[in-house]
Amino acid sequence: MKQRSRLAALSAILSLALGAGPVPAVNDAAILSPDLPTTLPPELSTFGFFRNGAALSPAEGVTAYRLNTPLWSDGAEKLRFLYLPKGTVARAQGEGLLDLPVGAALVKSFAFTEAGKRKLIETRVLLHRASGWVAASYQWDAAQTSARLVPAGARVPITTPGGEVISYKIPNRNQCKECHALDNVMTPIGPKARNLSVAWLDAQHRAGRLDAVPAVAHRLPLWEERAKLAPALAARAYLEANCAYCHNAKGAASNSGLWLGWDEADPVRLGLGKPPVAAGRGSGALTYDVAPGDPEGSILVHRMASTEPGVAMPEIGRSSVDKDGLAVIRAWIASLR
Amino acid sequence: MRMTHKALMALLPLAPLACPAVHAKTLDVAAGADAQTRLQEALISAAPGDVVQIGPGRFALTDTLSLDAPGVTVRGAGMEATVLDFTGQQGGGQGMLVTAADVTLRDFAIENPKGDGIKSKAANNIVYYRIRVTWTGGPKATNGGYGIYPVESTNVLVDGSQVSGASDSGIYVGQSEHITIRNCLAEANVAGIEIENSRNALVEHNLVTRNTGGILVFDLPNLPKMGGGNVLVSGNLVVSNDLANFAPPGNIVASVRRGTGIMVMANDGVEVSDNVLDRNPTASVLVIAYPRPFTDTRYNPLERRVTIGANRIGRGGYDPQLPGKDMLLKAFGGALPPVIWDGLGDTPALPAGSTALSLGLAKQGAGVDAAVNPQPLAAAQGGKPAPIDRATIGAPAALDARIAS
Repeated sequence: MKQRSRLAALSAILSLALGAGPVPAVNDAAILSPDLPTTLPPELSTFGFFRNGAALSPAEGVTAYRLNTPLWSDGAEKLRFLYLPKGTVARAQGEGLLDLPVGAALVKSFAFTEAGKRKLIETRVLLHRASGWVAASYQWDAAQTSARLVPAGARVPITTPGGEVISYKIPNRNQCKECHALDNVMTPIGPKARNLSVAWLDAQHRAGRLDAVPAVAHRLPLWEERAKLAPALAARAYLEANCAYCHNAKGAASNSGLWLGWDEADPVRLGLGKPPVAAGRGSGALTYDVAPGDPEGSILVHRMASTEPGVAMPEIGRSSVDKDGLAVIRAWIASLR
Repeated sequence: MRMTHKALMALLPLAPLACPAVHAKTLDVAAGADAQTRLQEALISAAPGDVVQIGPGRFALTDTLSLDAPGVTVRGAGMEATVLDFTGQQGGGQGMLVTAADVTLRDFAIENPKGDGIKSKAANNIVYYRIRVTWTGGPKATNGGYGIYPVESTNVLVDGSQVSGASDSGIYVGQSEHITIRNCLAEANVAGIEIENSRNALVEHNLVTRNTGGILVFDLPNLPKMGGGNVLVSGNLVVSNDLANFAPPGNIVASVRRGTGIMVMANDGVEVSDNVLDRNPTASVLVIAYPRPFTDTRYNPLERRVTIGANRIGRGGYDPQLPGKDMLLKAFGGALPPVIWDGLGDTPALPAGSTALSLGLAKQGAGVDAAVNPQPLAAAQGGKPAPIDRATIGAPAALDARIAS
C-alpha cells in the first residue's frame, strides 16, 4: 500500500513536470502577460485551455463556437473556442464583432484526417492583453501530445480532404497580423454577430457571458446550405469570410480599392467593372476584377483558382484551391448582368 | 551591445523584461540551412533601434519575410553580397513585407520573388537604400509586379537602389506623400519608376533605361487616395526605353506605349525639367488624361498644370506606337516632337522655342487609339508655367540622416 501511494505521488509529480496532468483552470496570467515575445509560453498547454491535450475538451470558461460561413484553409477542420475569464462578460456591438474583455482568448485548432483519425496540425491563439490583441501559432507534434510555439511559422506536408498533397503553411507571428489588422491594430475576425447563430448567442447570454443577444437584420447563411441559396447570397457570405478581412477600407488590401465586405453596396468597390490596380501578374491578363456574366474573364476567379504565389488570393492561408468556394463565386458572377 | 542571434534566442526563456531593452542590439543572421526560420525569427525578435544584420551569401527562402516592428534596420552586406533568393517561393505575395514605421532597409538584394519584391504598407518614414530587386530571367510577364513598392505611406526615401525585370513597375510608390526616389537604376521593367496617386514627390538623378516606359506619374480612379500632384521629375537620365510591353493586359501599365520616356497622366502640378532624354521611340514626354471610362465622381481624369521645362532631349518619337504612325512621321519629318499631349486637359507649359504635338483627342475615356486630329503646338500656345511647390516635395531630411553612415 505504502509503496503504491508513493508510486502514485511520484507519478503525479512526474505528470505535472511533464505537463501531462489535468489542468484545473485556464492560466489567466499567461494570457495577460505584458506583450513581449518572451512572454508567450513555449507550450500551448501552459494556457490550460483544454483538459486533455489533443482531445480538446474545453476547460472551465472555454466554449466551442462555429461560424455560419467560415474561412477556408486548405479544407482543414477547425475547432474554435472562446475563453472568457470568470466574472467577465462579452458585449454585443450590433451585427459586428463581439467586444471581448481583456483576459479573453480565441483558440482555433486546425486538423486534418489521417488514416481515419483526426490529426491536429496547429492551434492559433488570439490573446486579449491590456496592450491589445496578441497572436501566436502552436504546432502540434507528431505524437499529438504537445503543441510548441512557432514564431516564424512552419511548413508541414499534408493530405487535404480532397486528396491533394500540399505543403501546409503555419503562419508566422507577423502574418497573423496581415489578416487580423484594422488600421494596423490587431483585432479578431471571426466572432461577429452576423456570422454566429442565434442559438449560440442566446446560450451565451443566458449563461451570463454575453450582455445581450445582438439584433442582426442580415445574417450570414450556413455555408453547408449554399446549394439552396441564391448565388449572390452564398457568394457574398464567402467573400465576407474569406476576403473582406483584408479587402476593406482599413485592412491590408485597402490600397486596392476592392472592398468585399458583407455590407458593401458600391458595385465598383465590389469589383464589378473595376480594373486591377496593383495586381501585377495576378491580373492574369484580364481586364476586370469581376466581369459580370463572365466568371472566367474575372480576375477574382483567376486568383482564387491559382496556387501560385503572387497570383493566388488570399495571399496567405491556403496552398490549394477551394473548389466549393470557387464554384459559388463562379455561379454568382455568371448570374450578374 | 552586439549579440548574436543564437545568443539572444538562448536568453529567451529567462524572465520577461519589464520594459524594452534600452540598448539597441544587433541580430546577426548568417547564410545556411533553415534561413527562412532564422531570418523570420530575427525579424520578429527585433525591437525599435535594433539592427537585423544579414550576412553575405545566398539565402534560399520559401515564404514572404515580414517585419512589423517599428524603428528596425534590416541591413545586408551589400546588394551583390547578400541575396535573398525567392526562386523557390511557395507562399506569400511578396519577398518582404514591412508594416511598421521608421524602418530602414539597406544593402541587400531580393531575387525572383513570385509576386512583388519588397512591399511596405502604411509604413511611414521608410528608407530603401542600396536595395536590389532582380528577376534574373530578364523581362517576363510571369515576373512579379513591383520591385520596390511603398504604398499608403508618408515620407518615403528610395536611394541608390536597382530594379530590373518587374512586370509592372520597378520602383512604384502608390497613395503616398513626401517621396524621394533618387540615384536609382531601373532597367528592363515595364515601367521604370512610377508615382501613382501620390503627392509631393521628387524623382531625381535616376538612370532609367530599357524599360517600356521610363518614368510615369499617374493618378487612377476608384482608390482610397486620389488627387496626385505636386511632383518634380528632374535630373534623370531617361534613355533607350524601348522594351516591348510585357505587362499582363488589364493593368494600367499594359497601356503604356513602348518607348515612352516620361509620362504624366491625370495629375495636378507636375514639372519635368533638367532631364536628359534620348532614344525613346514613341515619345520623349507624353502628357495625357486617364484613357479609360470611369464612374468615380470624386476623380478628375484630366492633366492639369503640367510644366515641361528645359530638358536635354535627343532623338525620340521616331517609331511611335500611336495611331496614324506613318502619316505622323511623314508630317513631322521622321520623328515626332519631343512633347506629345493628348489635347484634353490643361495644355502643358512648353520650353521657349519648342514645338510639341497635340493629338487632338475629342473626349476623355476612349484612349489615344481613338481618332486623333494631330496638330503641331508651338511653345507660345502652351500653358502658363505652373511651378510646383518645391518646399513640400520629397522625403524629409531626417531620412537622409539615417543613411549618412
